[in-house]
Amino acid sequence: MNAVVGIGSSPKRKEDARFVRGKGTYVADIKRPGMLAGVFLRSEHAHAKLNSIDVSKALAQPGVKAVYTGEDMKADNVGGLPVGWGITDKHGDPMKEPPHPPIAHDKVRYVGDAVAFVVADTIEQAQAAAEMIEVDYEVLPAVVGLVDALRPNAPQLYDDVPNNLCADWELGNSSAVDAAFENAAHVASIELVNNRLIGNPLEPLAAIGEFEFASGRYTLWTTSQFPHVVRLLMGEMVLGIPQHKLRVVAPDVGGGFGVKQFHYAEEAVVTWAAGKLGRPVKWVAQRSEGFVSDAHGRDHVTEAELALDEDGKFLAMRVKTLANMGAYLSTFGPNIPTNLYAPLLSGVYQIPSIYCEVKCVFTNTVPVDAYRGAGRPEATFVVERLVDMAAREMGIDKIDIRKRNMIPKEAYPYQTPVIVEYDSGDPLGCLERSEELADVAGFEVRRAESASRGKYRGLGISTYIEACGLAPSRLAGQLGARGGLYESATVRVHPSGAVTVLIGTHNHGQGHETTFAQIVSDRLGVPFEDIDIVFGDTDRVQFGMGTYGSRSLVVGGAALSQASDKVILKGRKIAAHQLEASLEDIVFEDGTFSVAGTDRKKSFQEIAGAAYVPFDFPLETLEPGLEEQSYYDPVNFTYPGGAHFAEVEIDPDTGIVTLERYTAVDDVGTIINPMIVEGQLHGGIVQGIGQALFEHGVYDPTSGQLLSGSFMDYCMPRADNFPQLVIEPHSTTCTHTPMGVKGCGECGTIGSPAAIISAVVDALKPLGIAHVDMPASPNHIWNIIRNARTPVAAE
Amino acid sequence: MQISFSLNDEPVTVDVDPSTLLSDLIREQLSLTGTHVGCDTSQCGACVVHVNGDSVKSCTMLAVSADGGEVRTVEGLSKSDADLHPMQIAFRENHGLQCGFCTPGMLMSAIDLVKNNPDPNEAEIREWLEGNICRCTGYQNIVKSIIAGAAAMRAAS
Amino acid sequence: MRSFNYHKPDTLDAALALLSGNDEALPIAGGMTLLPTMKQRLAAPEDLVDLSGLPGLADVAMEGDILVIGAMTRHADVAASPLVKEKLPALANLASRIGDQQVRHRGTIGGSISNNDPAADYPAAVLALNAEIVTSKRTIAADDFFVAMFETALEPGELVTAIRFPLPEVAAYMKFANPASRYALAGVFVAKTTSAVRVAVTGAGPSVFRASDIEAALAESFDATALERISIDASELMSDIHADNEYRANLVMVMARRAVALAQQSG
Repeated sequence: MNAVVGIGSSPKRKEDARFVRGKGTYVADIKRPGMLAGVFLRSEHAHAKLNSIDVSKALAQPGVKAVYTGEDMKADNVGGLPVGWGITDKHGDPMKEPPHPPIAHDKVRYVGDAVAFVVADTIEQAQAAAEMIEVDYEVLPAVVGLVDALRPNAPQLYDDVPNNLCADWELGNSSAVDAAFENAAHVASIELVNNRLIGNPLEPLAAIGEFEFASGRYTLWTTSQFPHVVRLLMGEMVLGIPQHKLRVVAPDVGGGFGVKQFHYAEEAVVTWAAGKLGRPVKWVAQRSEGFVSDAHGRDHVTEAELALDEDGKFLAMRVKTLANMGAYLSTFGPNIPTNLYAPLLSGVYQIPSIYCEVKCVFTNTVPVDAYRGAGRPEATFVVERLVDMAAREMGIDKIDIRKRNMIPKEAYPYQTPVIVEYDSGDPLGCLERSEELADVAGFEVRRAESASRGKYRGLGISTYIEACGLAPSRLAGQLGARGGLYESATVRVHPSGAVTVLIGTHNHGQGHETTFAQIVSDRLGVPFEDIDIVFGDTDRVQFGMGTYGSRSLVVGGAALSQASDKVILKGRKIAAHQLEASLEDIVFEDGTFSVAGTDRKKSFQEIAGAAYVPFDFPLETLEPGLEEQSYYDPVNFTYPGGAHFAEVEIDPDTGIVTLERYTAVDDVGTIINPMIVEGQLHGGIVQGIGQALFEHGVYDPTSGQLLSGSFMDYCMPRADNFPQLVIEPHSTTCTHTPMGVKGCGECGTIGSPAAIISAVVDALKPLGIAHVDMPASPNHIWNIIRNARTPVAAE
Repeated sequence: MQISFSLNDEPVTVDVDPSTLLSDLIREQLSLTGTHVGCDTSQCGACVVHVNGDSVKSCTMLAVSADGGEVRTVEGLSKSDADLHPMQIAFRENHGLQCGFCTPGMLMSAIDLVKNNPDPNEAEIREWLEGNICRCTGYQNIVKSIIAGAAAMRAAS
Repeated sequence: MRSFNYHKPDTLDAALALLSGNDEALPIAGGMTLLPTMKQRLAAPEDLVDLSGLPGLADVAMEGDILVIGAMTRHADVAASPLVKEKLPALANLASRIGDQQVRHRGTIGGSISNNDPAADYPAAVLALNAEIVTSKRTIAADDFFVAMFETALEPGELVTAIRFPLPEVAAYMKFANPASRYALAGVFVAKTTSAVRVAVTGAGPSVFRASDIEAALAESFDATALERISIDASELMSDIHADNEYRANLVMVMARRAVALAQQSG
């Protein structure tokens, strides 16, 4: 396909040419000369003092090159893992931020906490040696549950963090909310749990550290969504490696979903060990290891209330949430349940006042951080469950109550009471189209048909909004971010007119190589095949904040658009010179520079060639070369949204919930590549359904062992769990991004859990069930049905 | 110990430790890294290859068990870099992959399905994929790809 | 995994000789359970005796009224066997639903029953069909074979060579799979012969077992409605994060009713 491929078309993905042949290069595929293998010994206890670690037997094993402990790293002045976003509690005090050593010393605080790192010639040797390390643990009582951790007399993780409370945070006007509740005709309330999830991108985490003595430079190959940020955090704060002496490469990465957007201890340990040993050191997580070393997601306990007037109009909302931080603060841990949560509590509704209080709590569990959606699915779940509850209690149809309270299209821009201002949207339009596609009108017939077979059928709804395109740096800074959230792009035009783009976002499944090439092809009129997108290498790409929060197209694409504009301007200057016209008279259209009103013109390729042969350039006003760079910092978040319907059937004999239909209508702004957007929505929806029906990170409350520690016990969604999804865009244009894009990566995960639970509750309506916690697994649902049918036996 | 087998139609003779898994032999010793390892409980299917024509999980098979047999990996699906197997084309055409990590296993599994069932319907495809986990696509376009790939394989045979 | 000495004997006698008196030796058939265990370093044999080179252990044949399946027959081959489909379709159906297709291409019936995983499918069929397990030493009745979780009547160094299935009048297997692992949370195999009804339950207890109350009710009337007033004692059943024992007890009854209904249809 040697042609211009524009915005709105669906060329086949460039990256697939290697992936379908098995020619991708993932970190685990990389071999470096002289490379050694590293294995972590991890704590088998949730909470214990480390009295002593004897590594002598391990060191004596064949092939073993080194065994490192936390004390070794401490002695080498290795720093703790930093937090990228600090929050301030309701009293104005900073959050408690205890040190997070890459390898534990003094104490271990969760099952999986690293205790030692063994390096050997082969992985088998390292594993065998790790078994020979003798650790004297003094086991302490552990606490894994949020409510338990805040109880008086709960085991304390840190001496200087009273009550395990990291921060007691708030947002909104509590007195206005109190007043509104006093005057309410009805108050709906709910208590709910947002279940702990384990992201499990299919490629396990991996890292290779390398040190070159001659240049004094380190290289880290890592499965990361944001290599430049890893360079910044690890180089500056953990290992003290100057930025110009550290290269971080994230090559092909097999899915991220947030799990790979943190700086991990393992990255620092392999890099440090490579420096100590002067040889490359590789670590690849086993899947069951990843279950206790990858950051987890969600894990909230929430009480929420909604005040309504007699017509079912929302007056105010009050939300109190406990959020699990795990045992240490992960890179963005405290930001997720606060800044990415509470500002979304207005949903797509007009709610005059909102107050939210969040207690961030330490427990003896794996650190919790962003997972696809990150804070926004949790907010949507609270809002939508509350709205369902209110509708049910007031006897209002649950679709109708939403329509009554939605922000009308003409009310945008809409300032919520919780910081954010939505620039654009049409929630009612999404809902009406979704209602039609889902054949809501025909539902009662289907319900009756299910009932005739002894099955319960339910229809569920969820609307949602998200704030994405992270993030306007000024606002983020005010909210505690410790770095900017812009993105950068360089457009390098070669003398042939072919283009290399260097961009700071990271492609790990989202199709950036294709979408970004479309933007350039469209803007510069360059054939799609002549454009390469380069990412993931701090030595090649100038800078970047990486990929997360549905930001790549919104922020990175905007930088690319701006850099393309600069290329066009420079090209016009060259064309003005070549065509002996004034700059103002040069127009650029369809890949051609021409003098307005004449037939004098030069192709983009001719101008590119001329840029590098500046024999007669007026050098004082025109530099040779055609390469431009742009940094884009968004002025606002973007606000994708939508309306989803789910239809489930429940077998009362087994409690199994079968998803029969799923319909999603989403507003993602301008669509560059419809095929890729559909794929993102499919994947997101299925991950969200995974949370609602299947996935659950479960800890034993006493021992603190992770009970769902492999794919044998953590239920991953599979192909046979799903029907065909029906999706359709209903877009409004973002008013402040260059192309009107909003982002699409997290929509599905945000919208679907509430829709599924709404459907499950609707199915169980004959039994009087008002709420069901996630996941709606067979045993859980069967218990609910049994208890409802025999209320005497209910607890 | 020494073993010999056919790998993507080429004869191979290698020395392996008996404890070497087929996936490790292929990836580490023979440097064909298209076969991926995504779990340690034989569930994700990223490591699926064909042994004597049947799809198997190469992470749960000893390399020595391939002695004397025929092994095909994703790299052996097309004869040259210019060619693609109809199933590879179908995955690309139908956006049946995102991050690419599960893709080699999905392709090998899908081709084995079509060998056993040349015209599978959606339910049969979804059921067959029980041993292949994808975290990106929500499976919808994988199913679509396999329907298209099966049609192309029928047309080609 | 830890390294080991690998042996691939080509006669049964040679295999037995390698296993005999060697506590550190383990046989391997398809390896679907053993290899993951070795990868986790929970098993570390010094000698591994690969049974895949033994001749004549993967045949499926009728001997009179008995269906004989060689121990090394893969699940996929049992599922696809025209003979099994004709003579004992419930067994072909069970085999077609063990694990996933890739597991079915490696795993064997002999390996499955020798391992006696409490959530494996085959033990339910073997027990309900009152099969005989032929070993390198003797023939063992199914009722005597499955002893406890991961424990059978096999002595060290004794190998299963074939399973002999008498043909029932009707039979069926229904399972409710663990949503994560897809092993049986409860699987019930129902078999009716001219003289008796036998019902075996897998997945629910620490080892496969016969459900005598269900058998008695079905002996009186082989109909799902006969089970409506029956329940089974949950106290002996397993509880885990996927299913508590009360739920498993319920599933056993539901699967039993569905298996009977299916058996009636196919009969």
